[in-house]
Amino acid sequence: MSEVTLSVKGLKKVIGKREIIKNIDFELKRGEVFGFLGPNGAGKTTTIRMLVGLIRPTAGSISICGYSVSKQFTKAMEHIGCIVENPELYPYLSGWENLQHFSRMIPSMTEERIHEVVALVGLQERIHDLVRTYSLGMRQRLGIAQALLGKPKVLILDEPTNGLDPSGIRDMRKFIRFLAESEGLSVLVSSHLLSEIQLMCDRVAIIAKGEVIHTESVKTLLTQQERLLWKLDPQPAGIDVLKQVTDFVQVQGEYVTTFYEEAEVGEWNKQLIQAGVTVKEMNRKLPTLEDLFIEMTGGESID
Amino acid sequence: MISLVQNEMIKLVRKKRLLIVTLIMGVLISMFTYAQLRETQRLQEKLGTTDWRSTLQQEIIDTQNRLSGSQISDDWRKQLEIRVAQQQYYLDNDINPSEPGAPTFVRGFIENAIQLLLPLMIMIIAADLVSSEYSLGSIKVLLTRPVKRWKILLSKYITLVMSVSFLILMFGVLSYLISGIVFGFKGWTAPILTGFSVQGNDLNTADVHLISQWRYILMEFGLAWFVSLVVGTLAFMLSALIKSTAAGMGVMLACLIAGTILSSMVSSWNSAKYLFMVNLNLTSYLQGTAPPTEGMTLGFSLGVLTIWGLAGLLVSFLVFTKKDVY
Repeated sequence: MSEVTLSVKGLKKVIGKREIIKNIDFELKRGEVFGFLGPNGAGKTTTIRMLVGLIRPTAGSISICGYSVSKQFTKAMEHIGCIVENPELYPYLSGWENLQHFSRMIPSMTEERIHEVVALVGLQERIHDLVRTYSLGMRQRLGIAQALLGKPKVLILDEPTNGLDPSGIRDMRKFIRFLAESEGLSVLVSSHLLSEIQLMCDRVAIIAKGEVIHTESVKTLLTQQERLLWKLDPQPAGIDVLKQVTDFVQVQGEYVTTFYEEAEVGEWNKQLIQAGVTVKEMNRKLPTLEDLFIEMTGGESID
Repeated sequence: MISLVQNEMIKLVRKKRLLIVTLIMGVLISMFTYAQLRETQRLQEKLGTTDWRSTLQQEIIDTQNRLSGSQISDDWRKQLEIRVAQQQYYLDNDINPSEPGAPTFVRGFIENAIQLLLPLMIMIIAADLVSSEYSLGSIKVLLTRPVKRWKILLSKYITLVMSVSFLILMFGVLSYLISGIVFGFKGWTAPILTGFSVQGNDLNTADVHLISQWRYILMEFGLAWFVSLVVGTLAFMLSALIKSTAAGMGVMLACLIAGTILSSMVSSWNSAKYLFMVNLNLTSYLQGTAPPTEGMTLGFSLGVLTIWGLAGLLVSFLVFTKKDVY
């Protein structure tokens, strides 16, 4: 089940004299959700646009199911579906007409397939209304229906939860997991929120200033990066105790930060109590994206 | 390819562009018909006769009176002299140059519309064919489907050619029907003189011959179709180059208006004849009026327009297939 569906090697893009994308490599496997995590302006969208042939890379190669995007464009595009930024379809046509419009651009397309994708995204009731009257969530779903028309092996979603309400975000997450697990698609999801990636991705590439600085499975990344916040009374005595049991102790105002190590936390707590320190609060905390960056780039800020 | 063109036609129709342009044409034609009617009535009142010979004679006398005034520029004088010579020729051969009826109105109207009105209408359609996809953002979906970019652009261009043909047809049909209600539907076979050519300051009538009005109108519509197609192609090119529809339309509008102004003042700037917008008035060659500047003939203007059109098409395809889409 680890067949590679999308592979990117040595991808570069130079605009004028600025190197926007510097040497990006990654691979997508069948049935996985791959996160593309980075702040705004890191090069996520530019990379995605190169993947789908909207922008010509300066150097490097992209292949989708073995077809090169630059040399076998139409073959490669038959295996990919995408939403780049917002799902932009024709507002003056109905949802159905939009799907018909794009189905005419795919070889050997049947009307049943349109019915199928409409049912898949649950738009049956409103499909014959004008897209102009759709809510953002419905447009998003129509966009995905369009992307799925040609039964792609790779689905690329650029900030898919942008602008959705909480329940919309939850539905979207479920749907993306469903596509990967049940339909065996490779899904590439970009986001600037770690919490988002954490909830739906299997692997994540962290990208900053046009470079992939880290590729990791989400699980490992989280266990490595998760922190525990302590509120202790009295604080100095508490810090002394913690310093004896673990190497990393940081003080931030009235909170003390250590790593979160599930097996040992209980023991630390016991020792604190034995030393007469009251534990007022213990809090697991995910690092923010900014913290992660500072960690990984050695103090360099995002900007 | 057929399904791609079908896509484009559906979008064009659903955007209601064709409908709007047809409506604008209908309204304008009604206005001009009314104006023409009032003009005819005024002439009849003034001359107290319905005989075209006396009307024409009166026009010749009027023009000659103006010519004898001294405050006329040389260019204008030349134009008027040629016109008088033409009218005299019609009178001598006992042929009515404006047989009353809808076909005569259609003929006169297309002669006036070919330089500005028709190109403007076509521009409304052509200028947003490509750029509207950019402003909607749907270009990103369109170009990530398994179809080569040149095919997408070609389907859009075919759609443009079809809409130009449709609009020219509608123009003819509408102006015939609307003016027919007022002036009557007869007059297709009225004789028209053509083949006048201007040599220096003289009107050359050596090649003048008679053809029936319907053939003359057909020729004029052919020329109007060609002019519209070239203007449409150039607007199409701008649409592919500039992402904003408004900017594209603005540039095209400026060119067209500059063309009408330049046509009346380039007689001493000879190289301006290579600009496309000075060459739009193709029907004037059939009428035999003096061209904007020396050395311009029907063949020359057709050539200039063809080159501009082909260049525009080439540029749009080169840019569209190479361009990065952000």
